[in-house]
Amino acid sequence: MDKFNLPRLLITTVAFWLIVTLLSLDSVNILNGYVLVVIERCLIFVILASSLNLVNGIIGQFSMGHMGFAAVGAYVSGTITTLWLKLPPPDPGVWISFPILIFMGAIIVGGVFAAGVGLLIGFPSLRLKGDYLAIVTLGFGEIIRTILNNIDYVGGPRGLLGIPKFSSFTIICLFALLVIVLLRNLVHCSHGRAMLSIRENELASELCGVDTTRYKVMGFVIGAFCAGIGGGLLAHLLTLAHPTQFGFMPSALVLIMVYAGGMGSITGSIVAAFTLTILSEGLRSAIDYIPVFKIGAMTIRIGTEWVMVVYAVLLILIMLYRTEGIMGMREAKLLIIEDKQ
Amino acid sequence: MGTYFSLQQIINGLQLGSIYALIALGYTMVYGIVRLINFAHGDFFMFGAYASYGAFFMFNTLLSSYIAPGNLLLVFVLIGAMAAGACVAMLSNRIAYRRLRYKSKLSTLVAAIGVSMFLEYFFSAFPAIGPSPRGFPEVLPKVMWKIGSAQVSNYVVIDLVVAAALMTGLTLLVQKTSLGRAMRAVSQDKDAAKLMGINVEGIISFTFLIGGAFAGAAGLLAGLTYPRIMPYMGIMPGLKAFISAVLGGIGNIPGAMLGAYIMGMVETTANIYNSLLGEGIAFVILIIVLLVRPTGILGEKTADKI
Amino acid sequence: MSKLLSVQGMSHYFGGLKAVSDFTFDVPEGVIYGLIGPNGSGKTTTFNLITGIYTPTQGRIYFDGKEITGRKPFRIVQGGIARTFQNLRIFGNLTVLDNIRVARHYSVKSGLFSSLCRLPRFKQEEREVREEAMRLIRLMNLETRAHDQAKNLPYGDLRRLEIARAMATKPRLVLLDEPAAGMNPRETENLMALIRRVRDEFKITVLLIEHHMKLVMNVCERVKVIDFGETIAEGDPRIVANDPKVLEAYLGRGGAGC
Repeated sequence: MDKFNLPRLLITTVAFWLIVTLLSLDSVNILNGYVLVVIERCLIFVILASSLNLVNGIIGQFSMGHMGFAAVGAYVSGTITTLWLKLPPPDPGVWISFPILIFMGAIIVGGVFAAGVGLLIGFPSLRLKGDYLAIVTLGFGEIIRTILNNIDYVGGPRGLLGIPKFSSFTIICLFALLVIVLLRNLVHCSHGRAMLSIRENELASELCGVDTTRYKVMGFVIGAFCAGIGGGLLAHLLTLAHPTQFGFMPSALVLIMVYAGGMGSITGSIVAAFTLTILSEGLRSAIDYIPVFKIGAMTIRIGTEWVMVVYAVLLILIMLYRTEGIMGMREAKLLIIEDKQ
Repeated sequence: MGTYFSLQQIINGLQLGSIYALIALGYTMVYGIVRLINFAHGDFFMFGAYASYGAFFMFNTLLSSYIAPGNLLLVFVLIGAMAAGACVAMLSNRIAYRRLRYKSKLSTLVAAIGVSMFLEYFFSAFPAIGPSPRGFPEVLPKVMWKIGSAQVSNYVVIDLVVAAALMTGLTLLVQKTSLGRAMRAVSQDKDAAKLMGINVEGIISFTFLIGGAFAGAAGLLAGLTYPRIMPYMGIMPGLKAFISAVLGGIGNIPGAMLGAYIMGMVETTANIYNSLLGEGIAFVILIIVLLVRPTGILGEKTADKI
Repeated sequence: MSKLLSVQGMSHYFGGLKAVSDFTFDVPEGVIYGLIGPNGSGKTTTFNLITGIYTPTQGRIYFDGKEITGRKPFRIVQGGIARTFQNLRIFGNLTVLDNIRVARHYSVKSGLFSSLCRLPRFKQEEREVREEAMRLIRLMNLETRAHDQAKNLPYGDLRRLEIARAMATKPRLVLLDEPAAGMNPRETENLMALIRRVRDEFKITVLLIEHHMKLVMNVCERVKVIDFGETIAEGDPRIVANDPKVLEAYLGRGGAGC
């Protein structure tokens, strides 16, 4: 019988949440505010990476515009909350007065809009083969970014500013957990197996009675929904949303996380999201301490661009030497639903 | 039709198309021979632009007593740009793509993304090259003429002539020489070509060489015509050139040329209406092509044996 | 016996190449029907046309009285036709169990919501699918391998897995594309028994492509010989085997399998 690991997963997550929360309390202050933000960003990237893994790793398509969906989520949720801030103060006790409800609602609505965009894009595109799909999704990501850059109502090139900082560690943890459970449940059910079969051999899958187009679109839309949630959470953490945050390079970064972690492995995406985010932050902080080199007349300062150079090399090396990434296609025991009798 | 189809527009369109054509040819040849969309190709173009910049200063300082900015210097810089493009393309193939060819196609695609990122960020980060745009030098003095209502510079002539010369040379190579025959054979069936005694890896390398050289040349032309260069300058032109190749029929050499000139004309025309439209029209074209006729204008349907 | 599959005037061109030419044939229900011919004669193309991978340039295909020409493959499969492939198309990274379970997917009624929230209805259906899949696995002697990744299986097991997977879609007609390819004589004997069992126990009509003459002669009740996309002979295997046109098609071309 299927052993249901949900209790173990919940306990682990609650323990994690408890530890971080306690350590970052003002009285204890082992984890300061900066570290907390880093952890929060890690969790958001867990959401982004694992949702991309659904499309690229589990269904086997090749989407390269994932951050476009995050952008939709960020802007839609940000617009809702900034508008809400401008409303006259309502009577206390009325539902509309509770920021947390508005926030959760805004995030979900952002996800729904992102899902809608995913449906719009996915439906025509998913007929295409791998390389073409990559270019088309890349193109759509750019189109979304360009459109947002040109809508003055949401700030245009200056970005959407003044978003309230509603993202707390608890809420981000909650959404991350929800997304992981969602994906895990999806993979370990009949629909998930249908999706995996598409990755393995699309023609054979079709010949087993699987409506491959429907499942490719479905996965794409679910991935977009989760990305929209991630984007919304990010916007409410950084208190702004800007088109450059969602262009090709951030999409590539999430792609690297998926590959480094292992295609099709949710655990891998989690590990890679944490590792790469912490690595970037670490490098960014360490930069201040690295001395400046002088070669001849040139001064070489290790700037933040060098971090991306390292990532690029990392991506190439992963492809050359360990295509499976860290986890290959395996999952940690925690995330598998036991199948053996 | 008034201002929209003026001579000036046509000339601008042809000029842009020439640059796209040179880049698109590299895309289409590489795809034709190894079925890879080389994401980094636009960055080879960028590399060529920077190499031209470097070559100009090198030749200018070394040979300034012999050559002043002018046609001869242009030739030297062109050779330098093409050589640089060829080198970076062959290196990418040797280091990143070759080993992955026999693994999944996806890994080569991702590796290409990696190469692209590497080139862009490296040039961005390296202080001598730096992230800020640079003005491109006047390799030869600009001369303006008036033809009808249009202003035409000698740069336009250079763009068109260089592109035409290179394209003609390529067509002759592919159609008339045994090397070209070998290239065509490899693109149709690698294994059969190998059994015929063709050095397949060598041919692939050579294809990258030509593709890279053309991209390098395009980089020089772009630097001359639109005299600002920066590390990210390859992304959009690369994408548009790729779309041109798809429009004409990916894998098809005349198709790439046709698609590129169509793209150049359409983009210049769209730009008059709205600069946003000019940017986005390429993607609209891509989507239409992929939905209506994915094999492109001149492409052939290939049936996969199931 | 009613006509389960009826192909009428089917022709198919790949560009200028005629792969299948004016095919008309019926497969009666409950029969084991063989489709034989030299390599390149259009047999696999016929399978591809019947299962909807290609839409025939001309002609119509009827299954159980209803027209299926031009329908999408997955709909045709859901309608009761299954097939195996000449070059195995197994889901390599999935377990044997999962390979079979995919084929049961289309008849699972639990929607996405029910599955994601692990509602009782979902758990019930999961149990049922698992039991049915294990039953088939035991039938095919793959029980010891049920939880192994398919890509690690030896060739003979993979062939049986493909057949098991095809049967898991609960078809009324199964198309076997060279099921005996690469098998030794003992495996071929087992396969023949299996094919008969598929028809006798599971009441599935079998249409198969084969080069293995011994298998065809021993198992098929009706046979159709094609060459260059055209029918050369049809009927009882023993009579067809002695037809001079058939002999010429095979021996005259230094043909395979005799």
